[in-house]
Amino acid sequence: MTWVKKHLIAFAALAVLVYMLVPNVIVAAFSFNDPKGKYNYNFNEFSTEAWTNPCGAQGICESLGLSLQVGVIASLAATVLGTMIAFALGRYRFRGRSATNLLIFMPMATPEVVMGSSLLTLFLMLGVPSGRTAILIAHIMFCVSFVVVAVKARVATLDPKLEEAAADLGANPRQTFLRVTLPLAAPGIAAGGLLAFSLSFDDYIITNFNASPSSITFPMYVWGASARGVPVQVYVIGTVMFLLALVVVMVGQLISSRRNRQVV
Amino acid sequence: MAEAAVLSTGSAAAPSRRRRSWVPYALLLPGLLWLVVFFVLPMVTLASQSLQEGNVDDGYVFTGNVGIYVDALQQYWPQYVRSLVYAGTATVLALLLGYPLAYFIAQKAGRYKNLILVLVIAPFFTSFLIRTLAWRTILSDDWFVTEWAQKLHITDFLQAVGLTSNDSLLSSKFAVIMGLTYNFLPFMILPLYTSLERLDPRLIEAAGDLYASAWQTFRRVTWPLSLPGVVAGTLLTFIPAAGDFINARLLGNTQTTMIGSVIDSQFLRVLDYPLAAALSFILLIIIVTMVSVYVRRAGTEELL
Repeated sequence: MTWVKKHLIAFAALAVLVYMLVPNVIVAAFSFNDPKGKYNYNFNEFSTEAWTNPCGAQGICESLGLSLQVGVIASLAATVLGTMIAFALGRYRFRGRSATNLLIFMPMATPEVVMGSSLLTLFLMLGVPSGRTAILIAHIMFCVSFVVVAVKARVATLDPKLEEAAADLGANPRQTFLRVTLPLAAPGIAAGGLLAFSLSFDDYIITNFNASPSSITFPMYVWGASARGVPVQVYVIGTVMFLLALVVVMVGQLISSRRNRQVV
Repeated sequence: MAEAAVLSTGSAAAPSRRRRSWVPYALLLPGLLWLVVFFVLPMVTLASQSLQEGNVDDGYVFTGNVGIYVDALQQYWPQYVRSLVYAGTATVLALLLGYPLAYFIAQKAGRYKNLILVLVIAPFFTSFLIRTLAWRTILSDDWFVTEWAQKLHITDFLQAVGLTSNDSLLSSKFAVIMGLTYNFLPFMILPLYTSLERLDPRLIEAAGDLYASAWQTFRRVTWPLSLPGVVAGTLLTFIPAAGDFINARLLGNTQTTMIGSVIDSQFLRVLDYPLAAALSFILLIIIVTMVSVYVRRAGTEELL
């Protein structure tokens, strides 16, 4: 009994972890299902049909392609804009700092449905058509703040002595930035970029306000399918995304722990 | 706290390099311009849209029709209240579930720390919608979960407290709140983890040496030191949960409609733009008010 009591917190943590991961296990299991009828709710028969034919459901790979394209462009743009802001906040004192902080915080404190709908009213008034461009504008907007937070956290931990040393050794400001500051800030920038990509790739609520029938992203495809009956291919793509995320995050962890070991 | 660190690094580095005063503004300009044009300006057009009258075919004219806000609130106050109650419940549940896990990762996990962190973050990178659909399978009537819940009289209990209306788990308040808790749990765990990781374990030992019970140690040492994480985590959970409608639509029924769903369908299906804009603006005001009161009361304004 005392053993149980001693490890109570470990059990609680494990239970929560199970709660968080059960849906991913279900998604993986059901990607091998051959469903009876159109709803993939009951496990009927084992099949690798969906894995060998991932584009088998109509429109699914087109939507996946659009989401990947939007995700890459939006996360790159947001990473550039956000990193610049993070450096300004982390490295300079200037007037308007608290206003800037507020402007960065606000998009994170606004429900998505408000951001999506307000952007729709702007586009209506300016006559901007809904579609891919509108989606990109929206995604860059809501990703910037998250990149700023991720990069700022990293910039704040950098030792200014390293830059001073570079300057003492005769590096000009440009060389110092490119050879010292940027490589040191890279993990934060990479984390911000990844976060931006995942937010963009996964967004349904904001995208739905700015999409047109010819610009169906993957989350919109899944949403539409949830009413008609979800094709097994959706579960295949969900599983692949989960595995890819595991690999990417693990590689990131490995690189950062190796770096830390080298530094220490 | 982070802000103080940032400022001190800034000033420490300042004398070594002459800094031009326009540099920070040049760095800020593109990003802030983007946010002003595509985040702040839309709030203005949203407010303006709500005060216009007309229809989609003939266009809209600004009439300053403030009455729309009264109509919107009269008609949809139950959905606002419901959204805030569901989001609040989900936030409390996420805190109760997230705290032990965050504490475990930060203080007890040892060499498994990185592995568990990966497992917490990875689902976050997989589609939100697909994972919510998986809950539809898990909670469906044909699955053992519902069967067991019935055998253990959990369904009776949920029905008695009004979280479900019959013997099933799906399509109920219970399912919606459970889904909200599940979906926003990583947003709670990560900030909690960040502040608990900074907690020096020697402080906990010291409390024990001074004869504090486990509860007293938690109450007087761990909890106060983790407050910045608690504030950040509760905000990051509550705000998106209050505007969410995916869980309500996929896991709920017609009695669990949340305000986000109303805004979405008024804009995109009913095409009543002024009413939809008013509903959206009211939600914004509610959230901004609640967040600023909360942040002020929690006394962690430097959090931003």
